[in-house]
Amino acid sequence: MRKIRTPYLLLLPGFAFLFTFFILPIINLAQTSTQTRIPGGDTGQYEQTLRFTNYFDAFIENREQFTRSFVYALLATLLALAISYPLAYAIAFKSGKYKNVLLVLVIAPFFTSFLLRTIAWKQILGEEGFVVPTLRTFGIISDSTTLTSTSFAVVMGMTYNFLPFMTLPLFASIDRIDPKTLEASGDLYANGITTFRKVTLPLSMPGVVAGTLLTFIPAAGDYVNAAILGSPNTKMLGNVIESRYFRVVDYPTAAALSFTLMVAILILVTLYIRKVGTEELV
Amino acid sequence: MTKASIEARGDLRLTRLTKSYGDFTAVDDLSLTIPKGSFFALLGPSGCGKTTTLRMIAGLEEPTAGSIYLGETDITTTKPYQRPINTVFQNYALFPHLTIFENIAFGLRRRGKSDVKEAVEKVLNLVELPHLAQRKPTQLSGGQQQRIALARAIVNRPALLLLDEPLGALDLKLRRQMQIELKWIQKEVGLTFVHVTHDQEEAMTMADTIAVMNEGQIEQMGSPADLYDNPETAYVANFLGQSNLIKGTISGNDGDSQIVDLFGQKISLPKSRSHAVDNSTYAGIRPEKFRISLLETPVKGNVLTGGRIEDVSYIGVSTQYQVEMPWGQELMVFEQNDDGVAPFKKGDAVNISWEPAFTFGLRGDEDATAGSEVAPEVLDEE
Amino acid sequence: MSQKIQQAPIPTIPLGARIQRWVGRNLIKIYAFIAFTYLFIPVAYTFAFSFNDSGKSNLIWKGFTLDNWRNPCGAPEVCNALGNSIKIGLIATIFSTILGTMIAFAIGRHKFKGRSTSNLLIFLPMATPEIVLGASLLSLFLVLEINPGFWPTVIAHIVFCISFVVVTVKARIASLDPKLEQAAMDLYANEFQTFRRVTLPLVAPGIAGAALLAFSLSFDDFIITNFNSGTLTTFPKFIYISAARGIPAQANVIGSAMFFLALTLVIVGQLANRRRVR
Repeated sequence: MRKIRTPYLLLLPGFAFLFTFFILPIINLAQTSTQTRIPGGDTGQYEQTLRFTNYFDAFIENREQFTRSFVYALLATLLALAISYPLAYAIAFKSGKYKNVLLVLVIAPFFTSFLLRTIAWKQILGEEGFVVPTLRTFGIISDSTTLTSTSFAVVMGMTYNFLPFMTLPLFASIDRIDPKTLEASGDLYANGITTFRKVTLPLSMPGVVAGTLLTFIPAAGDYVNAAILGSPNTKMLGNVIESRYFRVVDYPTAAALSFTLMVAILILVTLYIRKVGTEELV
Repeated sequence: MTKASIEARGDLRLTRLTKSYGDFTAVDDLSLTIPKGSFFALLGPSGCGKTTTLRMIAGLEEPTAGSIYLGETDITTTKPYQRPINTVFQNYALFPHLTIFENIAFGLRRRGKSDVKEAVEKVLNLVELPHLAQRKPTQLSGGQQQRIALARAIVNRPALLLLDEPLGALDLKLRRQMQIELKWIQKEVGLTFVHVTHDQEEAMTMADTIAVMNEGQIEQMGSPADLYDNPETAYVANFLGQSNLIKGTISGNDGDSQIVDLFGQKISLPKSRSHAVDNSTYAGIRPEKFRISLLETPVKGNVLTGGRIEDVSYIGVSTQYQVEMPWGQELMVFEQNDDGVAPFKKGDAVNISWEPAFTFGLRGDEDATAGSEVAPEVLDEE
Repeated sequence: MSQKIQQAPIPTIPLGARIQRWVGRNLIKIYAFIAFTYLFIPVAYTFAFSFNDSGKSNLIWKGFTLDNWRNPCGAPEVCNALGNSIKIGLIATIFSTILGTMIAFAIGRHKFKGRSTSNLLIFLPMATPEIVLGASLLSLFLVLEINPGFWPTVIAHIVFCISFVVVTVKARIASLDPKLEQAAMDLYANEFQTFRRVTLPLVAPGIAGAALLAFSLSFDDFIITNFNSGTLTTFPKFIYISAARGIPAQANVIGSAMFFLALTLVIVGQLANRRRVR
């Protein structure tokens, strides 16, 4: 009898907490999203009218930011993957006894607040930093071109900030590959590129999936990089949600946007996992 | 060079091959020719350089010096995928994400061969596992994985097949069975096999020629019977089976034989089997060549008297005796349990005798225990 | 012996092939070096500017000083914000580690009905963007008429830390050999003793790692905090707010100090772990 009850007893406190402070808020968010302002009421007072057109309005009004969120997140994810894969490969196979040291170095930048690092990028890439004058001296960029307040800066900032989320899962799954299978591939007439395509990449797929999810999800909801490194022209959905809550006090629209973002991400994630077909994700 | 290398055929020649890692020399100035079509074994304990040699032949390690020829083609620096050489890896290294069929087809597809399906099916039949084609490697037993690894290599019809401790992961019974099958398959497909192992019994069962390696060099090379019956060094005498090595002095000649004085008792030893360089020598006799007799029984051949049975172990087909000699050495004797003679008892005073032609002579300045203390069960060389 | 008689000159490998192989072998190491440089540029920048004699706005290098390190609380609010972050981080870490570890044991060590649903409930908070987590909790607090502040922030942090704790501890549990527990039982340890003497010590490094992860996630969080903290200032929030008018160099001091402190902790932890394994 005891044995059957044990797991449920262990789960109870944690799940009660998650139910109250995760599931209920999401349900509440869904409820808020169909409310409308009470006629003649104060700022921030809303009543439930089941107005589903809130969603339609919110989407039409912010479709540009919507698109931008997903395009930026996708670009940052692809860039992070391209940068991280060789790095994770090097740590897994070429680092010898320094493997642990290098792993610590991957997460070490995290120990400095990400906001400080993002602002550091802003200053490094800004007009007073050393990068822009150098590039101008060599004529790589024109005098009127800036690096900050651009889409480039926002995507670069996101890539940088989420890079370890990509590198660590990639490392974990590349590190599990038996190096003998790579030798076997070479032995069986596959050159370096074919070995990568036919053996290394398929065997590291769980890491690629986990890494891309862990990068894409926070990137799609991010607004800090856009706020610090971007301009009004690079606003993402997160910036809109934030200002709807704090500046415009338009809770239903903010809720509708949040809910749409969450559902869109869940759908994408589900499709993605289906497509690449990995079972051992969680 | 690289285009032609994949078509290279012929004998494998290693010329003054050396591989060092910093101060450590794994393979030391090794020269060797492996004739086409032979089953060749590199035998030695962990760290003797046999696996490094194999990896250089496969192209997985780059030699520090020396060259590797296949027929007339120099393949020293060609990439593994440009060599007509395939390897059956230790622990197999099957691709876990591919089915058995795709594992075997891998090499054929890389080389753009047609009739992949036919070739794979044929080799699956050869290893008697056609029903497993659509499984994944993790669903197979160790013995099945071993056969698939073999099939994946031989389906390419390489000029040379390398086997790196291929049976190490199998249990004893399965290993015996696979030894016989490997030998049969080698005859069947007619490829050159180079087999690396620490297991002397495995090498002797399968190989036509064995090279015993020690500290990066070849101690002795020859047929299994040559190596066993006429070892040239104490290392070979002890590593291949067991030997009794008795310190002695060459005191004279008698036609084709030498007369050797072992602690005051004279025995004879064929000159052709003596590898001593001066008067000092070790006379070597395999334990099963000895005969034990009670003091009063007349015996022929070489005789050592004054023995005393110290220990008796009955192990079915034979009985093993430890016999203490007057000079304090304990000799090991295996007697077949086939003649109905009552076994000797502990404490019996006995003579030991043997056919002079079975004696071999080693250099007297050798370490008589060389090769006997290595732990052959340690598998990994890295 | 016969092989040693032939004394042909030792054939050497052509220089060209050697150089080609060296580059091939080391290309990826060179790449890794560049990647690490990229990772550390802003860290180095932050550290360097912690020595800037900058006054209020730490934008341009004005000269070297140790004053910021001597007086890290010199800028208004910065230490207050740091204190809040540490307090929130510690409380959130303790609760999320306890709750998450219990869930990890339930999922990792037991087979029960609803296990896959449980896995989903753990995965969902990780698959939800921070801004949605933060915004939805704020909505709930507004409905319940709870004012954003210290405790709402703590609760929010526990929510997103739990999943990471579960995943980390579960991985450690999964890597344990169940035979160890069976051996303990075989040696007369009852279930509780087995847990106390064998399972827990073996899982402990995983729990410690999870706690460290939870603390650093909580300490560094901005988005969720921004939604639920009201007028309370945490360290990241302080930086975000002061970003517009320039961040005092004391923030760089604290950021750099945290970096070295955490790095030391991790290195000490690894060394201790290595010694224990030996």
